[in-house]
Amino acid sequence: MPKLTVDGIEVEVEAGATVLQACEEAGKEIPRFCYHERLSIAGNCRMCLVEMERAPKPVASCAMPAADGMVIKTDSDLVKKARTGVMEFLLINHPLDCPICDQGGECDLQDQAMAYGCGSSRYAEKKRAVKDKELGPIVKTIMTRCIHCTRCVRFSEEVAGVGTMGAVYRGEDTEVGPYIEASINSELSGNLIDLCPVGALTSKPYAFTARPWELKKTDSIDVMDAVGSNIRVDSRGSEVLRVLPRTNDDVNEEWISDKTRYAIDGLKRQRLDRPYVRVNGKLQAVSWDEAFAAIKAKVSGLDGKKIAAIAGDTVDCESMTALKDLMGKLGSPNLDCRQDGSKIGGPRASYIFNSTISGIDEADACLIVGANIRAEAPIINSRLRKRWRSTTGDFKVGIIGESWDTTFKHDYLGAGAETLSAVLDGKSEFAKVLEAAEKPMIIIGMGALNRDDRDAVLATARAIADKFGMVTGEWNGFNVLHTAASRVGGLDLGFVPGEGGLATNDILDAAAKGDVEVVYLLGADEIDMSKLDKAFVVYQGAMGDAGAQAADVILPGAAYTEKNGTYVNTEGRAQQGWRAVFPVGEAKEDWAIVRALSGALGQVLPYDSLDAVRSRMVELSPVFASLNAVTKAEWADFGKAGDMKPEGFATPVRNFYMTDPISRASVTMAKCTEAFVKDAAAEKVA
Amino acid sequence: MSFIDRTARSFLLVELVSGMALTLKYMFKPKVTLNYPYEKGPLSPRFRGEHALRRYPNGEERCIACKLCEAICPAQAITIEVEPRTDGSRRTTRYDIDMTKCIYCGFCEEACPVDAIVEGPNFEFATENREELLYDKDKLLANGERWEAELAARLEADAPYR
Repeated sequence: MPKLTVDGIEVEVEAGATVLQACEEAGKEIPRFCYHERLSIAGNCRMCLVEMERAPKPVASCAMPAADGMVIKTDSDLVKKARTGVMEFLLINHPLDCPICDQGGECDLQDQAMAYGCGSSRYAEKKRAVKDKELGPIVKTIMTRCIHCTRCVRFSEEVAGVGTMGAVYRGEDTEVGPYIEASINSELSGNLIDLCPVGALTSKPYAFTARPWELKKTDSIDVMDAVGSNIRVDSRGSEVLRVLPRTNDDVNEEWISDKTRYAIDGLKRQRLDRPYVRVNGKLQAVSWDEAFAAIKAKVSGLDGKKIAAIAGDTVDCESMTALKDLMGKLGSPNLDCRQDGSKIGGPRASYIFNSTISGIDEADACLIVGANIRAEAPIINSRLRKRWRSTTGDFKVGIIGESWDTTFKHDYLGAGAETLSAVLDGKSEFAKVLEAAEKPMIIIGMGALNRDDRDAVLATARAIADKFGMVTGEWNGFNVLHTAASRVGGLDLGFVPGEGGLATNDILDAAAKGDVEVVYLLGADEIDMSKLDKAFVVYQGAMGDAGAQAADVILPGAAYTEKNGTYVNTEGRAQQGWRAVFPVGEAKEDWAIVRALSGALGQVLPYDSLDAVRSRMVELSPVFASLNAVTKAEWADFGKAGDMKPEGFATPVRNFYMTDPISRASVTMAKCTEAFVKDAAAEKVA
Repeated sequence: MSFIDRTARSFLLVELVSGMALTLKYMFKPKVTLNYPYEKGPLSPRFRGEHALRRYPNGEERCIACKLCEAICPAQAITIEVEPRTDGSRRTTRYDIDMTKCIYCGFCEEACPVDAIVEGPNFEFATENREELLYDKDKLLANGERWEAELAARLEADAPYR
């Protein structure tokens, strides 16, 4: 642990830390462009120069390892002169187009030129101009503004794992961009925009839309996948304009996927903004009271067993709580939060990501079963890549299921159950890897669990976990990767069939036969609507997708940016997001709709504030009492040994860019699909 | 004594005469009143009157939608919406000034990096109703075209002091 002095303040830093980190420890601000905590050190912008005693010239603090006894000065005249000089050099070729630059107002170069620049330029010669590069539908480039910090190059190389970016030519002629004219085919490419300290890489869909000072910033949680990425929603007036990541080292670090970032333009299209009732086969706009009256006319006097409820993938826990309680009051055991029919549940350890996302950093072997992690949870994929790249020992990955384009080295073991059994029996090569590993982990995706033989698959996976010592006192390497943001929350709340109740597929079959007469869809769109022709369908949600088309009554709900909601991610971490804008039109927060409906049906729910709903959630599951933390689940017995079907595990996410009603309505996601997914399909054909 | 003095003054109408003398004196001095609206007084090139959006001599509008005027406006009278134009350049789709909110401080003109929004010499833009004072982009550009000669002259006159 080296001890050094920074401006007279003595600090002790961890071995291997840099002088820059030591200066930050001492509370000194060091300007920088190329240095980034989560990327490798480049040391090429020279902005972080500091004076070091007994050094002949200023040193780049970001690249200088802290050593015992160093004496650092960060505000001496020499340092000031060095910074002013570096800034003047950087501004030689940087255009003075701040007024038309989208980075204006949140630009590192702008801010630091104000703080450390000399205010005027001695450069009168012609400035350099660089041709813009085409990077696809997400990243807009104005490469004349580039200052060659190479953060984007390092990000795509290190975190995204697509080595498409690089710097060509030398000196003043340096150009950063893709080596070959090609879009960045990565699910994380939006992060380049955040990383770029200047306006060289900006957001294409958000181009020229707003200035940062106009925006209201609201902390929220992403619902596009089950990772529960921490996001900041920037809005102006009633419009959500952009989504940015919030730093949370336990979940998404500083990254978010492109779907998280750009699907929000779907929130402006195909919205349900007022209640509708189907009259003579046509949906007619009605008032809330009329919509409730239509439901009451159908439901009152009906046997509870003939009513069913299915919750969708992006639903918040508050509304599921309210609907569960309402179904209880109506005497219906038929409720399910697993619209893909996966029937997971039971002991908590059997359906959460037990080792936690940050636990991946400690693992040394990983078996991935039936999950295309890159499409289902790009953030977790980047975490796996981070672990694979890190220097703390080998990280071997085996994949069972579909073969997919990982961003790290892996062994492809096989397609389906047979390979899984082979690993358990020790016939597979990978069994030796798991045997040798100290902290092995297994990740089971929905591709392996939404099948009829899921009990047997689960039992085999559990047996593998037990056999290879994946579950010890501290370490639990048994992980289930969900694809739906609401799934774990629903399971924790017990939004599953009660005694004698029907699960999703049974509800649909019963509805087709006429045994279930009323089906309440809470944002559920991914089910077979043709089976609901006979039933009276109530659809509550924000988007006019498949569910709304099949509905007899539509209750307009709020999208995730429009309500205060709790979501439990795949790790079992309960997190709360805040409302950024108000729901559109006459739409209301979802739990409040269910509460109001309960009053209209004469089955009043015992809460009328968000706090009261949340205390009810804590009653249902203690998970909701400890927000932002993962409650460890007891290792228990689950699964049922049996025969597994020979078909390979197929991932449920066919197109990363379109998985839910919001992203399906999004123009940007449609462009991405066109640019990336169809390309890939065409390549396969050719 | 003062009593006699005062009485004599009032009988001799001294105050009236001195007053009339002053009136007579001003009859031979130049007139300071103006026959407004047919005559107008001089205006400083820095006079802050009605707003206008200027164009370049080639007809391209100057405004690049940087929103600095909107940000600086202390009365929050300016509303701007931006979209990329078909050629990819940054232009406003909406540029509104609520002239009933405006306090004519001239900050918008100061903030503008391209001399697009200016406060012109015109102060005679009274309207019959409030709505006419909610200026949109077309009105401001029309103002710019109408006053361009004067606006350019004013900017040039003031340029050495900026």
